[in-house]
Amino acid sequence: MILKPRLEDLKIIGFYLGKIILGLAFTMVIPILAGLCFGELNPTLDFLISIEISVFLGFFLLKVCNTEKDLNWMQGMIVVSLSWVVAMFLGAIPLYLSGHWKSFLDACFDAMSGFATTGLALVQDLDHLSYTHNLWRHLIMFLGGQGIVVIALSFFVRGFSGALKMYVGEARDEKILPNVVHTSRFIWLVSFVYLVLGTIALGITGISNGMKPLNSFFHGACIFMAAFDTGGFSPQSQNILYYHSVVYEIITIIIMVLGAINFKLHYHLWTGNRKEIFRNIETNTLFITVIATFSIVAVGLAQIGSYPAAVTLFRKGFYQLISGHTGTGFQTIYAQQFIADWNHLALAGVILAMALGGAICSTTGAIKMLRIGVIFKTFKEDLKRIIMPERALVIEKFHHIKEVFLEDRLVKSALVITLAYIILYGLGALVGMFYGHPFLNALFESTSAAANVGLSCGVTNVAMPAALKVTYIIQMWAGRLEFMSVFTILGFLIAVIKGK
Amino acid sequence: MKIRYKLAIIVLLFALVNFHTPLAFSEGLSSSELIINAKDYDGKLVTYVGEVIGDVMLRGEFAWVNISDGDNALGVWVSSSLTKEINFTGSYKLRGDNLEIAGVFHRACPEHGGDLDIHAQTLRKISSGRIVNQRLNLDKKNLSLILFGALFLIWILSLFRRR
Repeated sequence: MILKPRLEDLKIIGFYLGKIILGLAFTMVIPILAGLCFGELNPTLDFLISIEISVFLGFFLLKVCNTEKDLNWMQGMIVVSLSWVVAMFLGAIPLYLSGHWKSFLDACFDAMSGFATTGLALVQDLDHLSYTHNLWRHLIMFLGGQGIVVIALSFFVRGFSGALKMYVGEARDEKILPNVVHTSRFIWLVSFVYLVLGTIALGITGISNGMKPLNSFFHGACIFMAAFDTGGFSPQSQNILYYHSVVYEIITIIIMVLGAINFKLHYHLWTGNRKEIFRNIETNTLFITVIATFSIVAVGLAQIGSYPAAVTLFRKGFYQLISGHTGTGFQTIYAQQFIADWNHLALAGVILAMALGGAICSTTGAIKMLRIGVIFKTFKEDLKRIIMPERALVIEKFHHIKEVFLEDRLVKSALVITLAYIILYGLGALVGMFYGHPFLNALFESTSAAANVGLSCGVTNVAMPAALKVTYIIQMWAGRLEFMSVFTILGFLIAVIKGK
Repeated sequence: MKIRYKLAIIVLLFALVNFHTPLAFSEGLSSSELIINAKDYDGKLVTYVGEVIGDVMLRGEFAWVNISDGDNALGVWVSSSLTKEINFTGSYKLRGDNLEIAGVFHRACPEHGGDLDIHAQTLRKISSGRIVNQRLNLDKKNLSLILFGALFLIWILSLFRRR
C-alpha cells in the first residue's frame, strides 16, 4: 500500500527548501555588487528584483513551514530535486529581465543549463550583454558545479544529520572528510584556490593576446568558472574561438581536466599523495577512453580531409573531444561545422566521449569513469571465470583511493545508472527526431544535454519547438542529479495522487 | 572588322566566365552562408559586413578583429595599420563600428590552427559606432521599491509576532 505524504512531510520539505532558496538569494549579492562597480544600473535593478523575490519566497517557506524536525532520506532527496527546479526559475528572472532572452522559457533553459553546468544557450545578442548578467551566467555554473545544496551546507547550515541526505541527493556519493559540511567546505576551498590561479593565468594570457586588462581578467574569471565546473558558457558568442589563441586553448584544457577529476583525488594530491593519480581507476579509465575516442575522431576527420595538416587536425579534433569528454562544451569551431565539416565517424567519437563523462564527485555529468571502470572490470572477471578452471576462485579488485573488491552491489549500481543514462540519451534523441532532425544530430544534442556537456551541432537554437526545449531542460536536470532524486520526486508525486 | 569585334566579345565572355568566380564575391555574404558553405568559399575573396565586437587584439603587425553580422561573429585577421580606423567596438555600453571587409576566406586556416577566418585585404568603415544611452528603467525601479517595501513590512510584522 502506498502511503499518502503527510502535511508534516510537506512542512519539512518546505522548510529546508526555504533555507536553500535564501542561500541562493544571497549569491545574487555578487552580481549586484558587480553591477554597481561597472555602473550598469538597469542590470543591477534586474538582480535587485530577483533577490527580493527570492528572499520573499524563502522567508515565506521558512515561516509557513517552520519545523524543528530533521530530514529523512525521502524528504532530503525531494528537497534537492525541488531546489534545482526552484533555482532554475529564480535564476532565470534576472536573465529574462535583461531582454536578451526571447521568452521566460528560454531564460529557464539557460538557467538550468548554467546550474547543471551544461552550456547549451539560447541567449540573444550575447556580445552586447552586460558584465553583470554575464557574471551571473558564469556564477551559476560555479554554484551548480559545486552543488546548490553544497552551498547551503557550506555556508548556511550548521550541521544536522539531514545534511548527508541532501549531499547524496545531489549526486555526490563520496565523502572526502568524515563530516559532509567539512567536505562541502573543502570542495569550496579547492574551487577558490583554482579560481584565483586560473583567473590570473587566463587574465595574463588575455592581455598578452591584446585584450584590455579589465576585459581580460573578467573573461579570465568567467572562462575559469565555465571550464573548472565543466560548464561551457563564454562571455562572447564565438565561445573560445573569440580569443584566437593556442595558449588560451591549452590553459582551458588543463582547467577542464582539473574539473573532471574527483574532488577526493584533489584532496589526496593536495595532501601529498601524488601516486594516487597514476593508480586510481578513474584517471586510468579516463586516459584510456580519451585515447580511444580521440582515435575515432582523428580517423573520421582524416577520412573526410577536413583538416589537411596533422597539427590542425589534432588542435581542432582534440579540443572538441576533450571538451566533450570532460563535459565542458567549449568549442573552437562553429556549431554548424560539426555537420558541415565533420563526418559521421568523427561525430560518433565525440558523442561517445560526451556519454562517458569525467570522474564521480567532480563537476562533470554523464555515466562517469568509475562506473565505466567497474563495468570493464566485471567483463574481465567474467572472462577470467570462463578461461580458468571451474574450481578456481576469481576475485577482481580495483584501486580507488584504497583497494576495493568488485562486489555485485557495486556492479549493479554502475549498470543501473549506466542504463538510465543510455535510456535518457535515447529518449532525447527520439524527441529530436520527432521534430525532424536526423538521427545523429538528434543524438548528439540529446547526449550533450543529458550528459551536461554543452557542445552543439546547431539543433539548440531559439527557434526550436518549446517541447524540445522542455525535453532538454528535463534531461539536464535528471542528468545532473543522476536520477536518484528525480526518481524519488516521481515516487512522491505518485504517492500524493494514489496514496491512502 | 566584324570578325575582330566578334572575337573581342568571345574573349571578353570567356574571361568573365573563367575569371569572375575566383576573383571575388562582391556582394556581402552573411556569416551563416560562409559557415555552412565554407567549402565553396574556401580560399576565395569574399566581402563581409558587420559590427566590430569585443576587443581589437593586436598581434604584432597584424590584429584579430571579431565582426558580427547579428547571427554569428567571424574572426578577421587584419593588418594593424588598418585597425586605426576602428573607434568603437561593440559591448553592453557601446555599438561597434560597422565595417565592410574584403579578404580571403579560410574554412580551416592553415596559418591559424584551423580556425574559420577571413584574412582582410581592405577594410572600410560603413558607419561609426556610438555610446548607448543607458536610461534608468522606471518600471524596474518602481517594482524593486514595491518589493523592498513588502519585504520590510513582512520583516516588521514577523518581529511583532515574535514578541
